Amino acid sequence: MSTGTTKLDVVVSDVVPVNELVTRFHFRRRDGELLPTFSGGAHVVVEMRDGNRTRLNPYSLMGSPLDTREYTISVRRDDIGRGGSLFMHRSVHAGLEMVISYPVNLFSLDLRAKKHLMLAGGIGITPFMAQTAQLAGSGGNFELHYTCRTASLGTYADLLQQRYGRRVRLYHDDRNERVDLDRLLSSQPLGTHLYVCGPAGMINWVRDRAAVLGWPSETVHFEHFAAPQPGAPFDVTLAVSGKTIRVGEQQSLLEAIEAAGVDPPYLCRGGVCGQCETNVISYDGKFIHNDHWLSEEDHRSGCKIMPCVSRFEGKSLVLER
Amino acid sequence: MAAKTIISRPVYGTLSPQPGKHHLFVADAEGALAIIDMAGKAPDGFFDGAEIVFIAGPEGKHIAALEALKPAQLHLPPSFASLLPRLKQTLTNAHMGLRLYLCGTEGLIGQAMQVALEAGIDHTSIETEHRGSLARRMQCVHCKGITENVTTQPALCSHCGLLLLVRDHYSRRLAAFQGVCINAEDRSEIPPMEEIFR
Repeated sequence: MSTGTTKLDVVVSDVVPVNELVTRFHFRRRDGELLPTFSGGAHVVVEMRDGNRTRLNPYSLMGSPLDTREYTISVRRDDIGRGGSLFMHRSVHAGLEMVISYPVNLFSLDLRAKKHLMLAGGIGITPFMAQTAQLAGSGGNFELHYTCRTASLGTYADLLQQRYGRRVRLYHDDRNERVDLDRLLSSQPLGTHLYVCGPAGMINWVRDRAAVLGWPSETVHFEHFAAPQPGAPFDVTLAVSGKTIRVGEQQSLLEAIEAAGVDPPYLCRGGVCGQCETNVISYDGKFIHNDHWLSEEDHRSGCKIMPCVSRFEGKSLVLER
Repeated sequence: MAAKTIISRPVYGTLSPQPGKHHLFVADAEGALAIIDMAGKAPDGFFDGAEIVFIAGPEGKHIAALEALKPAQLHLPPSFASLLPRLKQTLTNAHMGLRLYLCGTEGLIGQAMQVALEAGIDHTSIETEHRGSLARRMQCVHCKGITENVTTQPALCSHCGLLLLVRDHYSRRLAAFQGVCINAEDRSEIPPMEEIFR
């Protein structure tokens, strides 16, 4: 059993198209019981049985943490991705029995904050759906700034404005509306925490400006699930289990290790949580580190790899798995 | 510098200039020297956005050296009690981007941090540097009275008079070390009192 990934047997109770790119999925427990409690920002890993291949994708829970009769996730279709979101859009229908992980929260609210400032880009809105519901339920002070490409792709923007009024501010790319970030960050009262979820470029921009403007790193929270990048196939020897495996072009190293029957721990499958960190025993070649977990020093040392998102090019690689 | 003994015992660092627009220094005694040492590493114009609050003590040492840094403001209150309302006011009106630097005695660092925590600043994001006396601010766990400037082990509670073992167990909420009765079983047992927190 992988650490923290105890499984839940669920049935898809509803599938709701939201706009041209996003579809919402509702899950209930097959035994009719309540689902486990979670907190705003949590995600689940959804197991997809796609033919003889199992896909495991993390999605943020977007329902209110105050209601655990069902879990809801929203999936943005990625036509050029590795196929997980396409599988969800094409093959998942109401009544389908699925397996999901227990919720894990790597993007939780810091409830010591006096105020919560949230910045969302595109589908990055989903964890904030749960976080705002949680804060609204407890009288928390928050403000949400939400950037989307067009009004029709402003997933749940109407709902959020209806629920929270002026606490939600929208920015549409097609109308050339921009967040005046420096002004926004500089006008926040002491004790504010910042949360950002969206494309990598947005996260980097916000983190950089916050740091320059004197926000301590402890007050800046971000979530970015990097999908594993494809690349040239490579061979890996797993020293502990005594197996030699091939990692395919579209497969992540973690997926290849799992397909070989080894069950390493994982939580996020996106290079941020650190659970699947693996020691390198020997290598002859070059690492392609795509994670946000290891330090630059770790990356240079060649002693560690995050198999969920990172790859390798070269003659040989031996891992302690 | 204080060594780490148990997990709650605060450990202090060396001040380093942080990015940000506003810098608030709260210092007493030899803490002024920590600011002056840090100034050598600070970028040009750093003190244009800095306010220094300095409790100089009776001899008024180091004031001229702090003036020479040309901070935006230099405030010289006579005691921590007298700077408290102003510190609270400053933090209440402050915005994110203000960085806090605390330096000098442990009592000052702890009490200023206590105010900062209430204002919503995380203790890990405060720059601290300990200079000068190791005298402790101690809470008697029996009567809850606070005794300032404790330098001996054991120490007398200035409120209830019990003889207390000064522990390294520190309360960030109270900004005080915990003092526990050292001879609760037999009051006639009086261990020798030594000056150790100089």
